[in-house]
Amino acid sequence: MSNQKMSVIELQILWNRLIAIVEEQAQTLMRTAFNPIVRESGDLSAGLFDLKGRMIAQAVTGTPGHVNTMANSVRFFLDKYPLKDMHPEDIYLTNDPWKAAGHLNDFMLVRPCFHQGQLIGFTSCTSHLADLGGLGFGPDGSDVLDEGLFVPIIKLVDAGKLDENFMSILKSNSRVPIEVEGDTYALMTCVECGSRRTSECLADIGITDLVQISDYIIDTSRDQTRALINALPQGVYHYDMRVDGYDAPLDLVAKMTIGKGDITVDFSGSSGRSAKGINCPLNYASAYACFALKCALAPDIPNNEGALAPLVITAPADSIVNAQYPAPVAMRHVVGQLLPDVIFGCLHQAVPGRVPAEGTCCLWDLPMRGGYSGSEHTKFATELVHNGGTGGRFGKDGLSATAFPSGVMGSLVEITESVSPLIIWRREYRPDSGGAGEFRGGLGQILEISSSEDAPISLFAALDRIYHAPRGREGGKDGECGALSLSNGAQLRPKGEQVIPAGERLIVLTPGGAGYGNPHDRDPALIAQDIEFGLTSPEHATSQYGDLAAPKTTPERETS
Amino acid sequence: MALVEILQEHLSGEQTLAEKSLQTRLAADIGGTFTDIVLETPNGLFTAKVPTHVEQPELGVLSGVDVVLGDASLTPGDVDIFVHGTTLATNALIERKGVKTALITTEGFRDSLEIAYESRYDQFDLMIDKPQQLIPRNLRFGVSERVNVRGEVLIELDEAAVAALSDTLNAQKVKAVAVGFLHSYANPKHEQRVRDILIANGCMAEITLSSEVCPEVREYERLMTTACNAYVQPIMARYLRALQDAFGHKGFRCPIFLMTSGGGMTTLESAIKFPIRLVESGPSGGAVLAAKIAEHLQEPRVLSFDMGGTTAKIALIENYKPKTARNFEIARSARFQKGSGMPVRIPVIEMIEIGAGGGSIAHVDTVGRLSIGPQSAGAVPGPACFGKGGTRPTVTDANLSLGRIDPDAFAEGKMTLDTNAAKAAIQRDISQPLNVSDNQAAFGITEMVEENMANAARIHSVEHGVDLSKFSMIAFGGGGPLHAVRLAEKLGMARVIVPANSSVGSALGFLSAPISYEIVQSLYTTLDDFDLSSVNAMIDDISSQAHAIVVEGALDAELVQTRTAFMRYVGQGHEIQVPIPNRALSTADIDTIKSDYDACYRQLYGRTIPERDIEVLSWSVVVSTIVDAAQSASDTPTPTQATPSGTRSVFVPAGAKHAMVSTYWRPDLCAGATLPGPAVVEEPQTTTFVTGQFSARLDPQMNLILDRITS
Repeated sequence: MSNQKMSVIELQILWNRLIAIVEEQAQTLMRTAFNPIVRESGDLSAGLFDLKGRMIAQAVTGTPGHVNTMANSVRFFLDKYPLKDMHPEDIYLTNDPWKAAGHLNDFMLVRPCFHQGQLIGFTSCTSHLADLGGLGFGPDGSDVLDEGLFVPIIKLVDAGKLDENFMSILKSNSRVPIEVEGDTYALMTCVECGSRRTSECLADIGITDLVQISDYIIDTSRDQTRALINALPQGVYHYDMRVDGYDAPLDLVAKMTIGKGDITVDFSGSSGRSAKGINCPLNYASAYACFALKCALAPDIPNNEGALAPLVITAPADSIVNAQYPAPVAMRHVVGQLLPDVIFGCLHQAVPGRVPAEGTCCLWDLPMRGGYSGSEHTKFATELVHNGGTGGRFGKDGLSATAFPSGVMGSLVEITESVSPLIIWRREYRPDSGGAGEFRGGLGQILEISSSEDAPISLFAALDRIYHAPRGREGGKDGECGALSLSNGAQLRPKGEQVIPAGERLIVLTPGGAGYGNPHDRDPALIAQDIEFGLTSPEHATSQYGDLAAPKTTPERETS
Repeated sequence: MALVEILQEHLSGEQTLAEKSLQTRLAADIGGTFTDIVLETPNGLFTAKVPTHVEQPELGVLSGVDVVLGDASLTPGDVDIFVHGTTLATNALIERKGVKTALITTEGFRDSLEIAYESRYDQFDLMIDKPQQLIPRNLRFGVSERVNVRGEVLIELDEAAVAALSDTLNAQKVKAVAVGFLHSYANPKHEQRVRDILIANGCMAEITLSSEVCPEVREYERLMTTACNAYVQPIMARYLRALQDAFGHKGFRCPIFLMTSGGGMTTLESAIKFPIRLVESGPSGGAVLAAKIAEHLQEPRVLSFDMGGTTAKIALIENYKPKTARNFEIARSARFQKGSGMPVRIPVIEMIEIGAGGGSIAHVDTVGRLSIGPQSAGAVPGPACFGKGGTRPTVTDANLSLGRIDPDAFAEGKMTLDTNAAKAAIQRDISQPLNVSDNQAAFGITEMVEENMANAARIHSVEHGVDLSKFSMIAFGGGGPLHAVRLAEKLGMARVIVPANSSVGSALGFLSAPISYEIVQSLYTTLDDFDLSSVNAMIDDISSQAHAIVVEGALDAELVQTRTAFMRYVGQGHEIQVPIPNRALSTADIDTIKSDYDACYRQLYGRTIPERDIEVLSWSVVVSTIVDAAQSASDTPTPTQATPSGTRSVFVPAGAKHAMVSTYWRPDLCAGATLPGPAVVEEPQTTTFVTGQFSARLDPQMNLILDRITS
């Protein structure tokens, strides 16, 4: 069959179709996965690659942490397995944090995609497996081998035959063997579906390979990203941010160079690697750095090799954002998710008004376990996912109790209580936590949690912004720090395993986002409304906003 | 019950609803722009389309009813039943025009409704707005009480606080109260007590309990469903009473039923109590019609495709039953994006809705890609060709410039379309920026919109584990027939059916709906540790509740029950719906339920997981009247070559060029008429575009059947 050259409109229609195919892959994964972080929160990604290992489409569903990690990883597989030896029914696998997605829990699968007997590209997907042994999912490992089973790039399925030896090793190395097996199957289903659909799509359209479309997508996206960058003032911008770290504060330092058609961010000057598992491999740090740049500059350009090419992220080896093997990296997201605020700090100098003030950034997730000490108590292991506020924006307040940059969803109280013996006594907005400003920061929330049994709970904390608040922009005030304490008054550390004794409640205050702009410029009607709604106390309003906040009579509300 | 009295008075002597065949049936569908009226009589079908009366919708209905009754030479007293669907509740929610509403919830959780899932519906947009709250924070009240996941009381209800709240609500002139406590699906007593106390203390507001409107686990969706119901309830009650009175004064003696989102009809009383169930009744009527036509034509696998001015809706219908779901997101605010609306848990016909309609605006995006919608030009300013002030090119403009629409015959010829304006808009906004010919640009617009719909249909089919190439399509709505054949080609489908009277498809569908009611209740159990007595007791309870509601309308008509369980492997997050026996369950049934679950799971995902225990989260009971099975098409009329009404130049996909094609006027065609593609078949409210790969014929019921030509 001759490969007729497609017109611009035909190419664009095919581009949409390929994005729909990877989206379908992602949906399949969400529906068949066991791990709640994947099925409820969407901690996954799915992509389509050309023969050179260049990503040409990525599902919209998924998490930013996988944006750039996946984009670069298929090349590692091609280095190991030559194209000529590939079989249509092969599937390859790794969880190497430096080649896949930054920690061992993320499994990445790659499957060759054949059409009419010819290899035309690859489908790939990544998702988070619940447990791979080691110390479990927490920050306390001293090296990556403490953190569980390390799988180099292997052939999981060889010409249609699943490696049963590997599956039995995997199950023997997990505390939840059936979930891990089920999730591996879900990943296989996902790449199979993508390969099949891609081939069907080519048959439909009547083309034999992805060469023309792949060049078109990548060239168009790269040129457009470059054009958007060229509209920015060229220059060099610096920003730094101090955060909690594991046992000592960390500095995240960035130098952003906006050049002709590209942006380089260098993290030189950032702290060195941590002794504990909050280090980022560079691929993961890049993922969140690029995500922030894309949000601010090119949110409408689909994610692919071309869209990412003009964004270059560098960092000195063995800094916290470029940790080398065998650094512990399990909770790399705590640091990775803070990086967008550093990027925004630089960008704000180049293009004021486009990015928010600093926010909570990292997820306030609370992995908890219990019942392992005594047989009379219910055994459970669960992870509550919650969030603080985001920073105020030019023209709008920050978002309260909302995930950013992460794309995951928060836990519902009734669901948490149905899968564990936990009781959530309170989950509501934390008044006065959003930093004052013309546009105030989003509010954090207050949670109170205890066991319904007379039993202790282990908390595996990996949180930040407890000692270092999100900082305001353009005169906006800082957001409130987060806090972790017990009902007896004891303060807990942001990171590491800690015990909530029987009978005590854990009290969680998530951070508030910082304000944007001078508080005195805030619309008095909005201040009055915040007071009326109990989001801001009258005292706080007076101290932050001055006389404007004096209680006023608000007009009678429309009774419709 | 007033309704029952009316019905009994209406039915003479010993006659019952089941015995008396309802010969003259009236249906009305109030949409945003038009109100459609259908009158079915022994002497034929009469239809009318009148403008919707925004302030007093009942007036629009009555004026349309006058038209069809006049056409049929009948009087109001001749009508046996009236079925009504309305977007009134939906519009009040979308436009935030409900009443002043308060929330009473468990202390410490007044923000659950606003905190929602703590997520952003658009990953990359830094400036998103969260959906506007129906209930402001100062009207969200926490009350001390707590029930656990098993329904056990941990903290008793603070009754004094509730009594005090009654005065606060009155002082604030609150018109509706949503009451939703944690785990109330497991124990509704505290919510019921709140209602009693509020009423005893003279609270003026209407009260909705979460344990009644949505007795399901997941506090966010349950509270949202409760809040949405409360927010529109006084408005809907007022409207439905007004409609009832107006019909009474006019001389109607027949009962009034309301179409629900689940594809059944319910009594006026039940609609007044749970108006949230009336949202999306129009689209669900369309799906019911498609299911009936599918049965009539013995097409067991059908995709219904309804395309209007702003959106397109796609539903899967297997074995003559539309797929149902129990989630629906109302009022997506941002470009129809998932997560930007309000999720409610009610029984609905499952539909995917995408922002692709005749008014969808085509533009070139920042990446230089041709992109269609989701912004719509609507009726005002409308597509460029309407000449009503719209200047941006729409899908309708593309259809016009490709010759698929006759500029002089649009909307029964009531409007003349300006082809030059359409072409100019496309040239300015699409051809020039993309540097392609005007024909390529216009064709690109229709192709892209069809591709978007095809992609949505493909993803939907995957979610249900079905192969669309084995499906037929039933297309309706103003734009459905224009795009159906090309969409079918993209999806590998071999047959497209364009029903007669497709432009009033929803109202027509109302006449085919059963009287039915579904209740879904959460009660957790696993198959390995099955709690037979609790499950049986609960199913009994919801079964008699649903039964009572249906009997109110159906009297002693024969009823049928369908029971299902929502199941998944322990640890998964997505449930699948599995049928269970329609009687008290016994130990022996558990194995059958398990093997049925395995079969459903395998069909969806290809493999099962043998060692894994299975859990049941919720149970559903549907009680319904029996709808007469549609007669299958019998005699095949002799095929005759149809006579074209003319020819015109139309852009055809094969060869991608303009060609002279025959046009046909559908009202002139007789049963048995056949015609080859490419062709354009026109009728008063819509146009069917037939590509060269398809041929068309009219069946005895005047459905237009388009079949792919096998080579």
